[in-house]
Amino acid sequence: MPGTYAYPRYSYVPPDDDGARHPVVVAGGGLAGLTVALDLALRGQRVVLLDDDDTVSLGPRAISFAKRTLEIYARLGLGPLLLGKGVTWTVSRVFFGDRLITEFDQMEEPGHQYPAFINLQQYYLERWLVEACQATGLVDLRWRNRVVAVGNRPGEVALTIEVPDGCYRLTADWLLACDGANSFVRESLDLPFVGRVFHDRFLIVDVVMQAGFPAERRFWFDPPFHRGGSVLLHCQADNVWRIDFQLGWDCDPEAEKDPDRVCARVRAMLGPDIPFELEQVSLYTFHCRRLEKFRHGRTLFLGDAAHQVSPFGARGGNAGVQDADNLAWKLLAVLRGDAPEALLDSYDEERAAAADENILASTRSADFITPRNEAARAYRDAVLDLAARHAFARPLVNSGRLSRPAVLRASRLNTPDAGGAWAGGLPPGAPAADAPVLCDGREDWLLRHLAADGFSLLLFGAPDEVPAAALTAPAGRARQGAWPVRSVFVSPAEADGVLWDRDGLAAARYDAQPGTAVLLRPDQHVAARWRGFDQVAVAAARRRALGIVGEERERIPA
Amino acid sequence: MTRLDLSPRLSDPDGLFEVLVEAHGGLAPEASRRLDARLVLLLANHIGDVEVVKQAISAAMAAAP
Repeated sequence: MPGTYAYPRYSYVPPDDDGARHPVVVAGGGLAGLTVALDLALRGQRVVLLDDDDTVSLGPRAISFAKRTLEIYARLGLGPLLLGKGVTWTVSRVFFGDRLITEFDQMEEPGHQYPAFINLQQYYLERWLVEACQATGLVDLRWRNRVVAVGNRPGEVALTIEVPDGCYRLTADWLLACDGANSFVRESLDLPFVGRVFHDRFLIVDVVMQAGFPAERRFWFDPPFHRGGSVLLHCQADNVWRIDFQLGWDCDPEAEKDPDRVCARVRAMLGPDIPFELEQVSLYTFHCRRLEKFRHGRTLFLGDAAHQVSPFGARGGNAGVQDADNLAWKLLAVLRGDAPEALLDSYDEERAAAADENILASTRSADFITPRNEAARAYRDAVLDLAARHAFARPLVNSGRLSRPAVLRASRLNTPDAGGAWAGGLPPGAPAADAPVLCDGREDWLLRHLAADGFSLLLFGAPDEVPAAALTAPAGRARQGAWPVRSVFVSPAEADGVLWDRDGLAAARYDAQPGTAVLLRPDQHVAARWRGFDQVAVAAARRRALGIVGEERERIPA
Repeated sequence: MTRLDLSPRLSDPDGLFEVLVEAHGGLAPEASRRLDARLVLLLANHIGDVEVVKQAISAAMAAAP
């Protein structure tokens, strides 16, 4: 049990609604489950969340949170907490033996509110998520509630739930399965979870120490203190450091967890003069695999329940948060009759494509770190030897390709570019880019001005360059029901009611010219973009992003 | 797409064969394998086109039973 952190204990409350029906039930109160529950609740939706434990996650979980994840949590109100407690880092160093062979700085460019990465123990984030869910008054958090049977029927999901007092039943209009890598929901629906297992074992050690190491990621291939394996060192909050020792497939997992043995490994690494305390020790083997479909009728899978990756690249936790971000608004639009059920198939398509990206990147990293055969090892070592001497080989060194947000290029919700000669910028499907702006003379950030309750239309140009139609009737707001398009004016000149893009970074990142319009979905991904504002085109792109196509246009008038 | 050039291009083929063999002189099999891996990576970077390398892999695999 960690010494730096007191685990909260949440009270079990005996259920009093046996047989009740709820619109949304979330199974699993980890990162994905709590995030999707909070997102739904902040949009006004009641949620029942079932968790089989009575505290936040135990054991080593996610530690690195990427900029896109931080921006999602900023939308959910947790951005400042993450920035305040997390450790910001940007530098990665890779060693081969005792030689430094490559180092790089993740921070691609200045002018973003959130850094490329922060490191933070997952239990802090989960605790804040629980508190934020409680504060909404709309999330019914049920601790020590274990799902023991799932009936996935047409139009509903029947659940049997075991609690300390016995069993009870609920019916859910929608079940969000966020119950982790060993998902009971997935197993009880008998869904194949296909991919690769890597024949390797890793010893994960969290230690507390006042180390003189800078806050950066360090990765060693075959270091003198751990011959034949790799080692990863990463900082966390409260002077907790994560150390990852590659042990190989043939090690004895139980013997390796012996504290004396673990301490000897850590001491060999740190040297005799750095005092440390073990906080937690675990051993794991990883998979790269996913469900074929993330939607099965009224059951939707998120996070590790839907997909698993190797840990190199921080692509597990960050993907789970993006799953939640992608699904929450869509589910709400369907629940409220503003969009057809088929909108939820776009969740499957978009996030399965993102999972494939993550699986590909993390499989390649794992193949580099754990060579499959002697030939693979020869190439791996050849890269490392060459990298020490030649710049060309450094990009080939793969100690983990860090999480990048998915660009949903092939999504059916995108309205493709229709001409308009774009020189880069953000294509349909890309997540919105932040930029520094001035609002009423104060320094501010573009993303903070995006609509919380619908679509945003970024309109670039000085007020006299933006068509009058855009100013008076932003895409016909009156007819857009629950998912309006809200205009955000981004101007190169200071004026009333605009965000002043003084440094020109917003225009540069969106490849905007005077008159450019960019439509952003409720999850801040680009739905469409034009060189000029056209009310009819904006309305059509909004309908498309809500999945309203064909005969649905008759049924759903928006 | 650039095609792998399979026409004879070397002005001194015997000389090329000699430098390859000499590079491996006295090396244990493991060290030889690593040297070859470094050579492949250096040459692949010089070519700079993974499509050409894929064609070379196919040609190499097809050339022996």
